[in-house]
Amino acid sequence: MAFFSIQHIDIKGIAAAVPKKKESNWDYDQLTTAEKKLLIKYTGVESRRIATEGITTSDLCFHAAEKLIKSLNWNKEDIDILIFLSQSSDYYLPATSVILQHRLGLPKNCMAFDINLGCSGYVYGLSVISSIMSASSLKKGLLLMGDVSSVSCSKEDKSTYPLFGDAGTATALDLDNSAGKMTFQLNSAGSHHKSIIIPDGGLRNLVSKDSFTVKQVSDGIKRADINLALNGLDVFDFCITEVPKSIKAFFELNGTQEKDYDHFLMHQANKLMNETIRKKLKFKPEKVPYSIQQFGNTSSASIPLTIVTQMKEQVENNFVNLLLAGFGVGFSWGIGSLSLKNIACPELIEI
Amino acid sequence: MDIKELMEKLENEFEDVEKGTIQPETNFKALGEWNSMLALIIIALIDIEYDVKITGDDLRAIETVNDLYQTVTERMEK
Repeated sequence: MAFFSIQHIDIKGIAAAVPKKKESNWDYDQLTTAEKKLLIKYTGVESRRIATEGITTSDLCFHAAEKLIKSLNWNKEDIDILIFLSQSSDYYLPATSVILQHRLGLPKNCMAFDINLGCSGYVYGLSVISSIMSASSLKKGLLLMGDVSSVSCSKEDKSTYPLFGDAGTATALDLDNSAGKMTFQLNSAGSHHKSIIIPDGGLRNLVSKDSFTVKQVSDGIKRADINLALNGLDVFDFCITEVPKSIKAFFELNGTQEKDYDHFLMHQANKLMNETIRKKLKFKPEKVPYSIQQFGNTSSASIPLTIVTQMKEQVENNFVNLLLAGFGVGFSWGIGSLSLKNIACPELIEI
Repeated sequence: MDIKELMEKLENEFEDVEKGTIQPETNFKALGEWNSMLALIIIALIDIEYDVKITGDDLRAIETVNDLYQTVTERMEK
């Protein structure tokens, strides 16, 4: 079982960047008015930010990282590790993290690598970077993550297109002997890998002419195999059962309860699913912030984006104990607990 | 739990449905146009209110409110 705690690593700051271009689901022409009402009420997604052509995930992360480094007044020479976690990298190869090392002007002796995960990414990414930093006594680290999902969704697929928004984030971590512990519990269920998938373009199904052929899958769903396909019912079934179960197990292993946390931050998947998980765990609504209404499902960026847009003043001025849960594509899911104290949290950046 | 309580909970959940229109023999597929979304709402409702898990496959086999009631009560007893 992957349950462990990391000592002496502190989160010093979190920043997020989104594209300027906003799309409202009220303007989504593939749905009737009644369907739009239902979609917005139950998924919670009213508007989303969409990257215009040429804006990549790494561009969004770059701007978030630059602003965060400035706010913290960090010397770039001191950054020893950069991790880029995303499922929308700049190229098939090389790794986007290495490009970002250069673009951010980080030293050559900074280690950099990519992690390929989605919705579970914030919890996973934090566990990886804090483990490495703690084990190796690296002093400063940057965890960059997010996705531009709008390019992979078919506009004529009502089961994906109106849900996803684009965002990139940066989290700064520091080796600090006075830091409290972070605790993680990480899981995988690869038997469900086809439930959220872009079938073509990897080695299993090489990209071909056919990859671009648009097919009518069902009513309101037209897409090609190069597009994202989502089995909403399977994701929903799985997450409302497994996520509360894992969190209850986490409470037991960690010796904590719901009341020990100031806030419960979930990946912003869809409102109905998240609210079901919240109610099953008996968290009060005021303890569970959402950014999904304005930004949609922003994949691995959703937890840090929620902190920046909904909790800025709190994390800048207070000490907050957080329970985190990331879940989705893979299926992959993770639970984490950590505290934030007077961190740098610059205003949301719009590109 | 009785079927009246389930019917009330369903009516509260679907705000476009008028009070008293949901009956034991009401067919779910007539409640709205969007079956996949409707399914998620019903799964969530049953899970939170009765701590019973029903799946998408269950719902494909279920037609009426009475069918749903039978499935939920059977699983509550287990």
